[in-house]
Parts: sequence; C-alpha cells; structure tokens
Amino acid sequence: MLGMILLEILSTKGAAALGAGLVAVGAGMGLGKIGSAAMDSMARQPESISKVQTAMIIIGALVEGVSLFAVVVCLLAS
Amino acid sequence: MKEAGQLDVTAMIFDHVGDSYYWHLTDIGETSVSAPLPVLVYSEHTGWHAFSSSHFHHGHEAYEGLAIAPEGSAYAGKIIEVATGERPLFDASITKNVAGLLIASVLLCLMVIGAARWYRKKDVTAPVPKGFVGTMEMMVSYIYNDVIKANVPEHTARYTPYLLTVFFFIFLTNLLGLIPGSANITGNIAVTVTLALFTFVITNIFGTKAYWQEVFWNKELPAWLRPLMAVIEFISLFTKPFSLTIRLFANILAGHCALLGVISVVFLTAVSMPGGGNYGMSVVSVLLAIFLDMLEVLVAFIQAFVFTMLSSIYIGLSQAHHHE
Repeated sequence: MLGMILLEILSTKGAAALGAGLVAVGAGMGLGKIGSAAMDSMARQPESISKVQTAMIIIGALVEGVSLFAVVVCLLAS
Repeated sequence: MKEAGQLDVTAMIFDHVGDSYYWHLTDIGETSVSAPLPVLVYSEHTGWHAFSSSHFHHGHEAYEGLAIAPEGSAYAGKIIEVATGERPLFDASITKNVAGLLIASVLLCLMVIGAARWYRKKDVTAPVPKGFVGTMEMMVSYIYNDVIKANVPEHTARYTPYLLTVFFFIFLTNLLGLIPGSANITGNIAVTVTLALFTFVITNIFGTKAYWQEVFWNKELPAWLRPLMAVIEFISLFTKPFSLTIRLFANILAGHCALLGVISVVFLTAVSMPGGGNYGMSVVSVLLAIFLDMLEVLVAFIQAFVFTMLSSIYIGLSQAHHHE
C-alpha cells in the first residue's frame, strides 16, 4: 500500500521532490541529536556552556552541509 | 508553472539569484528600473566589442552581431554571436555578479584599511578602540586567536592574511546579499569554488613532507593497508574543497530562495485568496520573512566562520611534522 503511494508520487511529481523531503528528515534528525546532546551537557555542567555552544554550532554547520549536498543533487535532478 | 495572471515564482527566484548583464532593481508597471552594465566581449570573427548592455533592450534586440540567447537555448541568458549561435571567445563583461564582487572588494578594502590606519596613528598606550574599529578588532582577534592560531600554531603569520581575508570577504558578501536588490555573490558556485580552490592550492603547495607521506604512504599503518589508504586519502584531498564549495554555496542560495519564496506568498495569495485572505497571509509572510532574515544573518556569520575554521584546520594538518 505504501509502496503504491510511493510509486504514484515518483511517477507524477518526480523523485526530486521525494528526495528533498528525505533530506529534510535526515537534517532534522541529525541536528536534533546534536541539539539534544548539547542541551544535556550544558545542563550537566553550566561552566562549559560557551564551549559546548561553539562546538554545537560548528557541528551543526557540518551536518547541514551534508544535507545541502543532497538538496543540490535534488535541484539538479528536478 | 505559470497560471494566467499569477506570479511565476520559479522564474522570479532564478531571476533574483542568477547573473545578468544589467542590474535589475524593480518593475514599475511595465517599465523595469534597471541599470545597464558594460559588456566587454572579444569575438574571433568581429574583434573587440565594448558597449553598454542597454543596447540589448533586455534581450529583445541584437547589437553589433551579438545578442542575449533566449530562454530554452543552451546558453540561455548569456551573450552569443548571432552569426554562429555560439559563445564568443572571450566574454569579460561586467555582469551583476562581477559588479557586486567589485563593490564588495572596495567595501572590504575600505573597512580593513580604514581600521588598520587607526592603529598606525596610536601607540601601544592608547585606550581600547570603540565603535567600528573596536568591532573590527573584536572580530579579528576572535578569529585570529580561537581559529587561526589554534589550528595553525607554527608559521601563523604566513597564512593569517589569507584566512582573515576569506573570513571577512565571505561574511561581508553574505550580508550584502541580504539587501534587497543586491547581487547574489556567495550563492554563485563559481565564486565559492574559487575560494575553495585557494584553500586547496595553499594547503597542498605548503604541505610538508610529513603531510604528503601521511597521505600517500602512511608509515603508521600496516603495510598491506597503505595502498588502500593512499587511494582514500587522495580522494579526500579533493572532497575537502568540494565540500567547502557546496556547503557555502547551498547554504546561501537556499537562504535566498527561501526568503524569496516566503515573500512571493504575498503575491500568490493576491490571486488565490483575494481580499482578507491576502492581507492575513501577507502579515504572516512578512513576519516569517523577518524571522528568516535574522536567521540568514546568523547563517552568514556561521558559514564564514566554518569556512575559515575548516580552511585553517586543513592548513594546520598540512603542516604536520614527524612525531619524534
């Protein structure tokens, strides 16, 4: 049933739109994990908040970079 | 997809983030408010041409045997020779992106040299600068101490000019791109690939012998693993600048496209939900656009910071020395 919906979407709207949605899922999950780990560590040790924040932003930019590779591929495929 | 009377969002977005031979600001009614930019072309058949792009009348007319290729052709939007239908040999026109780059360079020189002159006029005992010079000092010392010196502890002075330049250039052009009507510079892959190429060249030209050994014939690995690792490391030499390129390009381009898409909601709902719905959605769209703009300012700084940090990490790694 789910496979039929998938084939329907792929044939009409194109795979690029489906790919873009998957990229959003991946980016959201990755950044969510980073944020949650950062929140936990900041709550445990408030003195290290600024260091953790810097690291969180850097890693967030790197993970987002990967998701944007996929966005560019989807743009090219559309 | 364009329905009758409705805004063609895709075309509008690509118009705004793309390059063109005239600097288009807005359309008032039927007339477009745009500044024509110089066209400088060398063609093998007809020699040098230098004229203002207003002669093209936005692509409707040809001039001196050159014309702007129409939509749908392979060179859509670029100058082609009417006789052959191909691109001329050398197109050095000052397009919107080139003009934007020149403006950004002039602004950057003014900012940095202006701040540096303050320091030349004072001696060591002068109090800490305030205002613009103070901001520049804060940013420069943050990047120098926490990013450059931390990652490139030896020969820092050799790489600092490049790394600081790249940081301020990317930050300034990212911020400039947020002004309505400006050129989309770092959202153009040609610009980001050039910056990544600089990092690639600097990293590899100044690489020490230990660095190249770690790449190709790593003594710390078992001998049977070294050929495989050599292949992987060689490929990663190229994936690093590639990722630098795509990260900066896609972040800035996606930000601009999202902002333009949110603003275009105002125009789309004017047709689909006229009257009250349009007003409501316009308020929502403007608030969302303000939020996205704030986010884009943050992204502008973060992307400049990450590019500089990764460049300095790569340079620092290439200065590896043997562990004695």
